[in-house]
Amino acid sequence: MKRVLLLAGLAATPAIAAPVAITGATALTGVGEQRIENATIIIDNGRITAIGSGLAVPAGATRVDASGRIITPGIIAAASDLGISEVEGVRETNDAGARQSAFSAALDLSTAINPNSLHFAINRMAGITRAVVMPGAGSNIFAGQGAVISLAANGPTVTRARAFQYVEMGENGARLAGGSRPAAWAQLSNMLAEAARLAANPAAFDRGQDSGSLTKRLDAEALGAVLAGRQPLLIHAQRASDIREVLNLKARYPALRPVLIGAREAWLVAADIARAGVPVITHSLYDLPDDFETLASSRNNPGHLQAAGVTVALGALGGIGGTTPVNLPGYAGNAVAQGTVPGGKGLTKGQALASITANPARIFGLADLGTLAVGSRADVVIWDGDPLELTSTPVAVYIDGAAQPMRSRQTDLANRYKALGRTDLPLQYPR
Amino acid sequence: MRTWLLLAVAGSALTTGAQAKDRKSEPASPPVVVQVPKDPWPSQYKPYPGQTTVIRGATIYDGAGRRYENAMIRLEGGKVAEIGATVAVPEGARLIEAAGKYVTAGIIDIHSHLGVYPSPGVQAHSDGNEATSPARPEVWAEHSVWPQDPGFSRALAGGITALHALPGSANLFGGRGVTLKPVYGRSVQEMKFPGAPYSLKMACGENPKRVYGSRNQLPATRMGNIAYARQLWSDAAIYKRKWDDYTRRAEAGTAKPTDAPRRELNLDTLAGVLAGEILIQNHCYRADEMANVISMSREFGYKVTAFHHAVESYKIADMLKAEGICSAMWADWYGFKMESFDGIRENIALVDAAGACAIVHSDDGNGIQRLNQEAAKAMAAGRRLGMTITPEHAWTWLSLNPAKGLGIGDRTGSLEPGKAADVVLWSAEPFSVYARPTHVWIDGALMHDWGDPKRRPVSDFELGQPGVGEVK
Repeated sequence: MKRVLLLAGLAATPAIAAPVAITGATALTGVGEQRIENATIIIDNGRITAIGSGLAVPAGATRVDASGRIITPGIIAAASDLGISEVEGVRETNDAGARQSAFSAALDLSTAINPNSLHFAINRMAGITRAVVMPGAGSNIFAGQGAVISLAANGPTVTRARAFQYVEMGENGARLAGGSRPAAWAQLSNMLAEAARLAANPAAFDRGQDSGSLTKRLDAEALGAVLAGRQPLLIHAQRASDIREVLNLKARYPALRPVLIGAREAWLVAADIARAGVPVITHSLYDLPDDFETLASSRNNPGHLQAAGVTVALGALGGIGGTTPVNLPGYAGNAVAQGTVPGGKGLTKGQALASITANPARIFGLADLGTLAVGSRADVVIWDGDPLELTSTPVAVYIDGAAQPMRSRQTDLANRYKALGRTDLPLQYPR
Repeated sequence: MRTWLLLAVAGSALTTGAQAKDRKSEPASPPVVVQVPKDPWPSQYKPYPGQTTVIRGATIYDGAGRRYENAMIRLEGGKVAEIGATVAVPEGARLIEAAGKYVTAGIIDIHSHLGVYPSPGVQAHSDGNEATSPARPEVWAEHSVWPQDPGFSRALAGGITALHALPGSANLFGGRGVTLKPVYGRSVQEMKFPGAPYSLKMACGENPKRVYGSRNQLPATRMGNIAYARQLWSDAAIYKRKWDDYTRRAEAGTAKPTDAPRRELNLDTLAGVLAGEILIQNHCYRADEMANVISMSREFGYKVTAFHHAVESYKIADMLKAEGICSAMWADWYGFKMESFDGIRENIALVDAAGACAIVHSDDGNGIQRLNQEAAKAMAAGRRLGMTITPEHAWTWLSLNPAKGLGIGDRTGSLEPGKAADVVLWSAEPFSVYARPTHVWIDGALMHDWGDPKRRPVSDFELGQPGVGEVK
């Protein structure tokens, strides 16, 4: 029923249709500080086929006049629970973590994504076109394999299944591994070692010759992709000393592609992180010493990392009340504001936009997402003002070239209740 | 009428005994009436020294809904002395040129857990829920407040000039809340807002029934929540009648001090609510549950001052207006639990448009630093629904409305002559994501200056820790 409603509200713009030409707007491309005035963006067959100032509109193209508007790439939520958690506190609707599972690294979130989640429309209307869906660790430091998804109303939903592996270190990792940081590192070393043995000699692993194995075959198999560098490994670590240990992993596992997530104290070791070429997913608003591993939290963190040359993405990470991908543009705007404070270290507007578009795309190897460029998937947002401002909102959202419906369960509720009072029938009749 | 506060049982008995003896020889002396003290732990806050300051050229949102363009304001003697197109600039006053900048009334957060759930959030610091009984009206948040919570400095830097620290929502009756200034003290008494009334934190819905139901005890259901609360209100009414009756008799000279009822600290709080002296701050998400609470308050003759979280206030905004009940709300939190499922971004604006009292609250040590941004989002959502909302009006959600909800609206919450000089100077239009407070005055004292490390407090906890010198 919900599905039908959504489609009913959707302008008939399937991915394969006449080309669309969006004209007259200012395009912020997500590439450095690039800004194209009076931009024309041609979308054809789900891709951007041309972009430039004042380009001619091809014959037969549908023209969308966006004069006075701002255009950006679709926002990519670098950390979210979209599609795997409907009501966080209602366990049966929440597939983020599996506390009692016998499996860990093998867990594949793409099997649980629900494109009919009511959160898709809410986030889409805020300009979020793709999301990185994170597993939550339950029974082991390894949480499993996350996915990159599209929020398009009519799919396809899974952009990349098994896009990365996720592991908890630091205080959480210590707790999950049995009570200490050394226990967490031992668990990580052992599981990666067993994954290596499986990869080297599957038959021996299957015959049980590896009698000391603590790792299930499926988990070891999943970790093979991490060891071979086919999957990035997202490592949740906050304290500077934990981050240093993460950086040391590359010496032991040369193909590993670590990505730091959380990384509150990363600014204390920014140069080391940059030297190691490890990207960071963090939040722009962390500034409280709310754990002993986050004592040095500062909103300067993204700015310091950026200045050191680290690729920084902002995610809707925990530790900030009410954190949601909807607010990612605002989080990016706050990172700009931080640069105005005496002694503050912020991002430029271009860097801030990139932290929620181009950089998450780069971190997850999504070559055709995150920027407005010829050949890119046409995830395009048209805004009514500065996209990083709290009062701005998208007026149109395209995903893979398809115009998206701008209606959600929230707008339905607001419209139902905007005029209170008694009429012929209860408020629950009209919809 | 001479009254005696029952400060200590032994001392009081001695004093009243002596008085009773005296009365025999002096028949004209007034009767001795034992009273429950209203403010036995009074504030010891003293404003820090302030300099007479004139801010010139700024746009001002006064917190009461007024806007002044290119205006001036003078802070003197801890108060707003003058505000308008021009004000007198006394000899020796500090003059701040603020063309292009914005001045607002200080932000007041009516729902905070700073101090009771301080950073770092380790178990040893978990002092916000006395979850040992569904009703703990005898506990007071101030007795849990850790004055060295680093969060106070962050709140101050975000333009907060007063905040209400509340117990959590595990209990139906969580205990008393306390209004604080984000001004570090060595004791909580030194942070207490002088003369602010107490509140009683109550909670509806999922939290109490989950916490106690999981222990197989009342309440395990919503009907259990209401039943438990009604019984306690009934007990409180009896307690209050006993005290009222004793007081009448003592004033008539027919009751001895030893006839005074035994104080029950839990019922003291509830009797204070029934007497209208303690304000109810009621955690409640759903519209139907707020309606139930309103019915319960009518049954027992008390008033709810504000519903907190109130994600469904938009469904009953007309009712809340008629009842004169405020809603303290988030801009966009929704969907994280069943009772927040129907949260919408237009909630605050719809409540406001109905003429009911709308307040932006944080319930969060991070959110309290940016309540201006929450209000900005709420204002924008309302505009998208077709409402006309000016920024100067939206600022009432951040200052005068919460001040009223805390019973301190006559002293702070708006920039009007004679009220406290609780003032924020912003680097840009304060609903912009790019705006930050540059200066924050509390009672006319400059407590935060973004350009002067000597005017940026560092809590004891953070001293000597990693990142101590860093701008947060």
